[in-house]
Parts: sequence; structure tokens; C-alpha cells
Amino acid sequence: MLKVNNIYKTFNKGTVNEKKALNGVSLELNEGDFVTIIGGNGAGKSTLLNSICGVFTVDRGTVVIDGVDVTKLPEHKRAKYLGRVFQDPMMGTAADMWIEENMSLAFRRGKPRGLKWAITNKERAAYREMLSHLGLGLEDRLSSKVGLLSGGQRQALTLLMAVMQKPKLLLLDEHTAALDPKTAETVLTLSDKFIKDEGLTAMMITHNMNDAIAHGNKLIMMHEGRIIYSAEGQEKKSLTVDDLLKKFADISGNALANDRMLLSN
Amino acid sequence: MLNFLGSFAGPVAQGIIWGIMAIGVYITFRILDVADLTVDGSMATGGVTLVVLVTGGMHVALALLIAFLVGCAAGLVTGVFHTKFGIPAILAGILTQLILYSVNLRITTQRSNVPLSVDKYHILISLRNLTNAIIVSAIFAAVIIAVMYWFFGTELGHSLRATGCNQNMARANGINTDNNKIIGLVISNGLVALSGALLAQYQGFADINMGRGAIVIGLAAVIIGEVLLGKVFKNFALKLLAAVIGGIIYYIVISLVLKAGLNANDLKMFSALVVAVFLGIPYWQRKLAEKRSAKEDKANA
Ligand SMILES: Nc1ncnc2c1ncn2[C@@H]1O[C@H](COP(=O)(O)OP(=O)(O)OP(=O)(O)O)[C@@H](O)[C@H]1O
Ligand SMILES: [Mg+2]
Repeated sequence: MLKVNNIYKTFNKGTVNEKKALNGVSLELNEGDFVTIIGGNGAGKSTLLNSICGVFTVDRGTVVIDGVDVTKLPEHKRAKYLGRVFQDPMMGTAADMWIEENMSLAFRRGKPRGLKWAITNKERAAYREMLSHLGLGLEDRLSSKVGLLSGGQRQALTLLMAVMQKPKLLLLDEHTAALDPKTAETVLTLSDKFIKDEGLTAMMITHNMNDAIAHGNKLIMMHEGRIIYSAEGQEKKSLTVDDLLKKFADISGNALANDRMLLSN
Repeated sequence: MLNFLGSFAGPVAQGIIWGIMAIGVYITFRILDVADLTVDGSMATGGVTLVVLVTGGMHVALALLIAFLVGCAAGLVTGVFHTKFGIPAILAGILTQLILYSVNLRITTQRSNVPLSVDKYHILISLRNLTNAIIVSAIFAAVIIAVMYWFFGTELGHSLRATGCNQNMARANGINTDNNKIIGLVISNGLVALSGALLAQYQGFADINMGRGAIVIGLAAVIIGEVLLGKVFKNFALKLLAAVIGGIIYYIVISLVLKAGLNANDLKMFSALVVAVFLGIPYWQRKLAEKRSAKEDKANA
């Protein structure tokens, strides 16, 4: 489903701020794979996801989604393959637009947008139905501005918007990091449910090692722009937080440092 | 009483015409979230284009259409500068404005002022018949509001709103934000030029400088409309109507302060200061609210 072949990305090349963010990353995901990604601050986790989304073009290497080489496609053209939820709850929705307007925008991801009316009554009923499954009471607030919602509600809505038009790949970048623990749990459970129910291929960056172990069927650890460890199947299932910390120290030579890292809960 | 009202007929007509211009400003400033300075040039472009075409023998309806399209082209240039050349929107607008200064002089064959006599040519409005001017320009404003209401209710229109609201979200949902910005600038400047074309008919001439400071008047109309009617006008069509009403109020106030003795040459300064203050108000309100909540936090701690 996803083939990342040896990609490199350096920011601010040739300046004092030069930063090698990705240093030859390769990754292959099959349909239905759910990989969790961990690593310290600045390891390149977000850069990897952003490279797949086309937020910028990579310096070297290729990105192939479902057999299509998207390496040179601009962000908005790749969007038809991708569902995304960002760390910042503000980033995934249009605050000044209504819930139903946001949903209708997401519903047309990857489709041409013409001069047809933006929302039909039939759609509206479907949106209400979808929202009711979130269990947040949003189904009665179709014409509320999204800006009025709480961070958790916005994040749940963004998640719904990311999957309502089934993506080839769902990309979650610390999408629960800005939420309080209880809301984070709700959104994470929802993510799991969507991924399972729809059989989605997904990547999730998290700073919570327990979550990284508990969710998905694969795990990768990044450091200085490289994947330094990966596990899947039985090996992944039997991992513990201590194993991961030790692996990281062994391979990188230092302790894993992430200012948002939660080692246990 | 009737006389008193009658003395406002001129400002009302002018206000509606500028209100159409303000709808254009609303599209860039409020929907796309860019301050587009092209309008100072495209307002005059619309005016001189119409005058030159009508005095050249063209039917006024066709001349209006062409003025609109020339304005669209000006918006296209700014849009391309902004999205394809990577020039910040404000600077892109200033560059086009400068280009238009030369273009406008070409259109008028280097005359700074071109007359359009209502006696000689068949035109739609003139300050010699204010009732007619008000009715005709109001019809124009109503049709434009209706068309904009429709457009911004379509899939494409929604994607423009999303582009102005959150570009990250827009792109993540497959929206070509660059193209949308160009489309918005094109429509906006088309409307501004149309307003210029109406204004030229109303005043009986077009002038190379007739758009100088237009952005300020457009912003003033938008902001006055929002401050006075924002609480009650929630529907998009009503928001556009508020901009037109803002334009009318602006011109009524201007006519009053002129009557009260303000020097006409100080008018631009007056307008700019009014806009600065009204743009400042929401900022100050936010600051004040932050201070208050900081104090409360301290008190609670
Ligand atoms: N747009 C950018 N311009 C310049 N440097 C960047 C940019 N994006 C990321 N970087 C740099 O690239 C490196 C990798 O950043 P990235 O955001 O991928 O890290 P991360 O693994 O997601 O870390 P975190 O856990 O802090 O989110 C960092 O040093 C970062 O400062
Ligand atoms: Mg990150």
C-alpha cells in the first residue's frame, strides 16, 4: 500500500540552520497495516509523515502510494489518497465554517469541486448519522461553527473527516498530544475503531510508549532521521517500555529524550 | 424633512456604488484573508475602460461587461504574482496597481481625465437623476449579492472559504489553495472595476486617480457594516448587504463632516484614521480580555 524508498530531506540547505531531518528512510506497509512511530524530539517523525503528504518535496528517494508514484505530486493532489489528523486541533478543521460545511469539504476530498450546491439534504442526514457514532452530541450541532468546539471535539471531528472518504492511508501525527488524558483516550479509542472497522492502513506517531505498543501491528523507532528499530507481529506484541528504552540506548548511545514522552500511565 | 432626506440622495447613490466595490474587498479581505491593494488601480481601470468604450460608440451594457473583465484580468495578474512568483499578497497588489497606472493611461491615450456626457451618450446612471441612480445601482448591488450568495454556496465557493480560513486544512482535503486565491482575486477585482465603471457614469467622467485610496473606503464600508450590523446579519447575503449599507453610511457621514466644515483635502486622512481605529477595536478588546483573565488567574491562584 505504501512504499517509501530511501528518502532524504534537509531543511535550510547551505545555511547555518541546515538540518538533516531525514537520512535515508525506507518503509513498506501492506494493506491493513497499522504502524506506530516513536522517537525523540526532532527525530524526523513528523517530517516522514509530511514527506508522504507532500507538504514539501523530498531531496532524494520516492514515495509510492498504492502503486502510484506521488513523489512529485503537490500536496492537494495527494490528498485523495490520504486522511490526516494533526497534533494541533486547530489545524485539521476550518474554524469559521460550520460542522456540516467542514464535513462536506472532507467528503469531497480528491473529487473535483464545481458549481453544484455544496451540501445536499441527503448528505446532511448522513453527516448527522456519522456524528452520532462519535458519541459527543455533535449530531445536533451541524450548523455550529467548528471554532466553538473543544479541542477534543475538534480532533474527533477531524478524525471523522479524515476517514469519511476512505483513505488509502491514515496519518496521525501525535493527534492526542494536545488533549487531556481522558479526551485523549476517547480519541485514540475512536481511531482504533475506525482503523479496525474500515480495515485502514495507518501510521500513528505517539509519544506514549504504552500506546505505541498497545496499538497497531508494527512499530518503528526513529532517531536522527533514520529508522533505528522496527518490530512487528509477535515480537511487537511482547515488547515492554523497558525493552524500547534499552533498545534506544543501545542503538543510539543515549537515553531517549522527548519532552512529551510518557513512559508509563 | 423631505429636503433634508433629499440632500442625502447623492451620498446614498455614491454609497451603493462604493458598496459594490466593498463587496469585492469583502471577498479578499474577509473570505480569502488577504489585503489586496490592486483595487486602487482596478477601480480606475473600470472607470476609464467604460468611458473610452462608450465614447467610442459601444453599447453601455457591453462596455460594463468589458470593464468587469478587464478588472478580472488585473486580479489574475495579482493572483499569479502572489501564487506563482511567491510575492507576498500586499506587495503583489502594489505591483499590479503600478502596472495599472500605466495601463490606465494607455487606455485613455495618456489623458488623466476622460469626460462622459450624459447628454451625448446613452448611459445608465448620472448624478443629474439621483432617484434613477439609486434605483439602478441598488439593482446592480442586489444582483451581485445574489450571484455571490449562490457562488459561495457551491462546492467551489466553499473551497474558497476554506482556503481563506485554514490553508493546511484546505490542502489536506485536496483543495488547490493557489488556484482558489487567484479565483478570489479575479472575482474581487472584476467587481471593483464594475463599481468603477458605474462611478464613472454617475460622476460623468473617469479619472486616472479615481481609485486612489479606494481600499480604505472599501475597508471602511466593510467594517462599518460589520460593527453596526454584524450581530444581526448572520446570513452570508446579509453580510454582503451590510458592506453595501456600510458604504452608504460612510458617504452620509462624509457628506456631513464636509458640511460641518472639514477640508475636502483632509478627507483621505479622516477616512484612513477611521479605518485604523475600527480595525484596532477588536484588537484592543482582545488585549483587554487577556489582561482581565490574567488578573482573574492571579486572583484565583
Ligand atoms: N519546515 C522546517 N524547516 C526547518 N526545519 C525543520 C522543518 N520541519 C522540521 N524541521 C527540523 O527537522 C528536524 C526533524 O523535525 P520533526 O518535526 O520531523 O521531528 P519529530 O520527530 O516530529 O519531533 P517531535 O517529537 O518534536 O515532534 C528537527 O530538527 C526540526 O527542527
Ligand atoms: Mg513531530
